[in-house]
Amino acid sequence: MTETALNNPAQVNGQVTDTAVDAQLNASVRGHFGDFGGQFVPETLMVALRELETEYEKAKQDEAFRNELAGLLRDFAGRPTPLYFAERLTQHYGGARIFLKREDLLHTGAHKINNALGQALLAKRMGKPRLIAETGAGQHGVATATVAARFGFDCDVYMGEEDTHRQSLNVFRMRLLGTRVIPVTSGTKTLKDATNEAMRDWVTRVRDTHYIIGSVVGPHPFPAMVRDFHAVTGQEARQQIQEVIGSLPDACVACVGGGSNAMGIFYPFVEDKSVRLIGVEAAGEGLDTPLHAAPLNRGSKGVLHGSLSYIMQDKQGQILPTHSISAGLDYPGVGPEHSHLKDTGRAEYVAVTDQQALNALQLLCRLEGILPALESSHALAYLETLVPQLGPDKNIIVNLSGRGDKDVHTVQGALEAMGR
Amino acid sequence: MSRLQQTFTSLRANNEKAFIPFVTCGDPDLKTTRELLLAYVEAGADIVEIGIPFTDPLADGPTVQRASERALAAGATMDDALALIANVRTQTEVPLVPMTYINPVYQIGYDRFAARCREVGTDGVIISDLPPEEGQAWVEAGRKHGVDTIFLLAPTSDDRRVETVAHAASGFIYAVARMGVTGARSDVPPEIGDLIDRIRRHSNTPVCAGFGFSSPQQIQKTCRDTAVDGIVVASALIDRIENTPGTSEEKTQAAATFARELRAATRATA
Repeated sequence: MTETALNNPAQVNGQVTDTAVDAQLNASVRGHFGDFGGQFVPETLMVALRELETEYEKAKQDEAFRNELAGLLRDFAGRPTPLYFAERLTQHYGGARIFLKREDLLHTGAHKINNALGQALLAKRMGKPRLIAETGAGQHGVATATVAARFGFDCDVYMGEEDTHRQSLNVFRMRLLGTRVIPVTSGTKTLKDATNEAMRDWVTRVRDTHYIIGSVVGPHPFPAMVRDFHAVTGQEARQQIQEVIGSLPDACVACVGGGSNAMGIFYPFVEDKSVRLIGVEAAGEGLDTPLHAAPLNRGSKGVLHGSLSYIMQDKQGQILPTHSISAGLDYPGVGPEHSHLKDTGRAEYVAVTDQQALNALQLLCRLEGILPALESSHALAYLETLVPQLGPDKNIIVNLSGRGDKDVHTVQGALEAMGR
Repeated sequence: MSRLQQTFTSLRANNEKAFIPFVTCGDPDLKTTRELLLAYVEAGADIVEIGIPFTDPLADGPTVQRASERALAAGATMDDALALIANVRTQTEVPLVPMTYINPVYQIGYDRFAARCREVGTDGVIISDLPPEEGQAWVEAGRKHGVDTIFLLAPTSDDRRVETVAHAASGFIYAVARMGVTGARSDVPPEIGDLIDRIRRHSNTPVCAGFGFSSPQQIQKTCRDTAVDGIVVASALIDRIENTPGTSEEKTQAAATFARELRAATRATA
């Protein structure tokens, strides 16, 4: 039986044949963005991924689901968020008008709540009583802990031990919300290893547990689903900017770790070819040192955490350690759709250093009275390059994806180390 | 007939089950891995599984993770694993089956990896995070070069998936005996019998079970009560090595002694 099926050249070439198995194989090669994406996971999870995909497709068509999510985004999370004209920052750079999409004003302090609410509603539909998540900066962990409390789920969050120290405030917030925070001591003790551990948990308890992946990474359907839940950011911004300036912006800028806030603001603009989409990765100590987290700038194609994308790896395919001052960007992979946008040339990906991000954070504090997250500060730091490049009478939207209260200790330490 | 087919044909003829111990290549160094592998063959291993270490082994529990970390720290590479197989192949005809993750294979390329596996005398390959949906190019490369593509099935796999995997798999099917990651446990997995029966309805390909096997009693019961063709033991053997004090020769000796007991349990029903 095995022999005949596999020697059938039609199947090997992936063409449609009339056997049920071939039809299934062909139908199931989904979730690809060009070369990227896919479902590279242990067999135990395959049925759960199919269940999630089916449920998500049904939910998307279900008006009751859409209404419930819209209501929660409005009344619980605080949408729509303002599109704020940063007048003094604009004057400072002396060129294009700079608008900030204020995702930092959302409940829990970052864009992550958009996705956590959407996935929590899906978990409820699937009848799973337990949620798990990985977290780097802690913002996705806090968002997941928040929706777990709101809907009465049992919840465990995996966090690299190093990150539990960098982001101790968020660890305490999660515990206040009734979530167990499990420090991960394997590997590099950061987001990558927290994701490994969350995957291992999910493999073990997939029947009663939904894994809320916090970025546009992981196996299909996560990258597309998480993007869809965050696309509300870009949809709002697209409408808001037209109300204010009467046209589309010239550029959208967002930081990219896994890339969820960037996908959220980029996606509704992808067909608007006049709008430059610019993702800013973490250059850490510099792109020419080993201490960075910029797979789109310096990585190569490979598979990490269930999908094919650009990743940081050595020639043998071993995953390399990364560095960024920002825990949320300190990750060797990136969402597969970003890899596709890079290869097709639709989006540009640049990188700024820890130092540039710190400078941008302080600048926004002093000029606008807004303390941005270290992650979002990477997007802000690129304005220094972009504004002179664009010239006058242009308009830029920066996705201010989170607020920086959680980073005060880190920033204090870094500035003291520099003697400021 | 491939070495794996020969092995299972002769085991089935004697109503015996395969004993499949696991070594991590390069843990703690290549010389020790070679000696351990040959000691398992000497102890009666029917097949040996060779773990090629990966930085992010998300299907593995703490024991195999530690072994991988030790091997990577010692600098073990894919080339080392293939060289080890080539070397051991001159000493034994026992089927050798590397187990790895998709990314190191993807970097080499499916066709080139299959060709090199064939060249060094590898019989089949297990890729823990490659389901057949993503594995068509790998299956094609395996067929072309005569390397068996061993896929996994789990208690969560529904009948449609059992059918899909059974069609793509050759050599044997790896039945994940319980939900979760690798690691020694003491109970007899409750779901394995049902899974094997469901696989049998779609395929006559041998089915070997792994994840959590650690004692002769547990193995004997699983061999007696289910239609399994073989048992894979990994973490329990690594635990034995870690917990044995002394030199690496003494550790290897202890592991080989334990392997003999485990192997005997696969023969008890004969």
